[in-house]
Amino acid sequence: MSTSKEVLVDPIFNNNPIALQVLGICSALAVTVSMNTTLVMCAAVIFVTTLSNVGVSLVRNAIPNSIRIIVQMTIIASLVIVVDQVLQAVAYDISKSLSVFVGLIITNCIVMGRAEAFAMQNGPWLSALDGFGNAVGYSVILIGVALVREPLGSGTLMGFEILPRVADGGWYQANGMMLLAPSAFFIIGLFIWAIRSWKTDQVEAPEYQIADNVQYKEAM
Amino acid sequence: MEHYLALFVRAVFIENMALTFFLGMCTFIAISKKISTAIGLGIAVVVVLAITTPINNLMYNYLLRDGALAWAGLPDVDLSFLGYLSYIGVIAAMVQILEMFLDRFVPFLYNALGVFLPLITVNCAILGASLFMVERDYTFAESAVFGLGAGVGWALAITALAGVREKLKYSDVPDGLRGLGITFISVGLISMCFMSFGGIDI
Repeated sequence: MSTSKEVLVDPIFNNNPIALQVLGICSALAVTVSMNTTLVMCAAVIFVTTLSNVGVSLVRNAIPNSIRIIVQMTIIASLVIVVDQVLQAVAYDISKSLSVFVGLIITNCIVMGRAEAFAMQNGPWLSALDGFGNAVGYSVILIGVALVREPLGSGTLMGFEILPRVADGGWYQANGMMLLAPSAFFIIGLFIWAIRSWKTDQVEAPEYQIADNVQYKEAM
Repeated sequence: MEHYLALFVRAVFIENMALTFFLGMCTFIAISKKISTAIGLGIAVVVVLAITTPINNLMYNYLLRDGALAWAGLPDVDLSFLGYLSYIGVIAAMVQILEMFLDRFVPFLYNALGVFLPLITVNCAILGASLFMVERDYTFAESAVFGLGAGVGWALAITALAGVREKLKYSDVPDGLRGLGITFISVGLISMCFMSFGGIDI
């Protein structure tokens, strides 16, 4: 039986949802061009994941197995509607720049994945911690990616200039590729490399290993 | 006609669901180890997208949008906040119906797609296409073309990635990068290649 602390802290580096469980990459990458949208997105995901885990956990004994996906979807979609309406009311600009990605939290695999894998088996308190921990693990990667993309791509961080660009009379030649889709893939790839070089046990963990790649026998 | 062709090409290449908008990434990464399974999943996504996007379009235009309920004598009702819940409901229901239909009438396709069909409900590309459709205010015909194009684009991308990964498994990749890491970097490279379609304009 895992303790509360493990449930909370494990997903941040040891069992990171993006770098290890391959969950929630879908809506993760497109919002990391600027730090502001990233932070809003992270807050939204933390809110939805924590509460949906609690919700699913509370009704877990009452759901017939065959319709559990629909029930989970309904809980998650209702929470996302709340987030979306609040964002439109309070921060309309950011809500516009996130465009469809707020709605896509519904199909964000972290939310579904944790509801299905953890909240269906555990009580509300542990589920809340698990949801929170996983969402924070997701946020750590997202903020890390944004931290690379925004300064290198547009010379700013949260809108403040930190690398004066050539165009504005400074010295920094902005790297346009950082604003485009492919850079996010490269940065996440390198992040995974960094995390796995640090936590070497993740390299060989069989359930995450793409089996075909490690069977040297095949090559011989 | 030309307008629809342009929309189709745009959805397949320039605004590719997987490589430009990062939609459907989880399945994209997880189920791209073999070309044959990737093609099977790709076909399933094309079918589901081509059906759900126009249906959600009808639902948005006749039930949800501001004033859409005028035909029922309720011109002041704006149900657009219920959008997410309705779209995901339609998608889940369509996937379920499609599964039963294939099981009954096209068993060979059902067996080929079997495992992937339920997975498609949580594929962000499906919901993403419906949300883009609403945001860009497509008509019914446009939404049908867009849904089909988005599906074909996604299928093309996952097949390309599976092709790369089948070759990649014979390569000697640094330990920490092996598996997921190198896959991400390959996707990044494929995504850069697709950006070269950006200049095409019909």
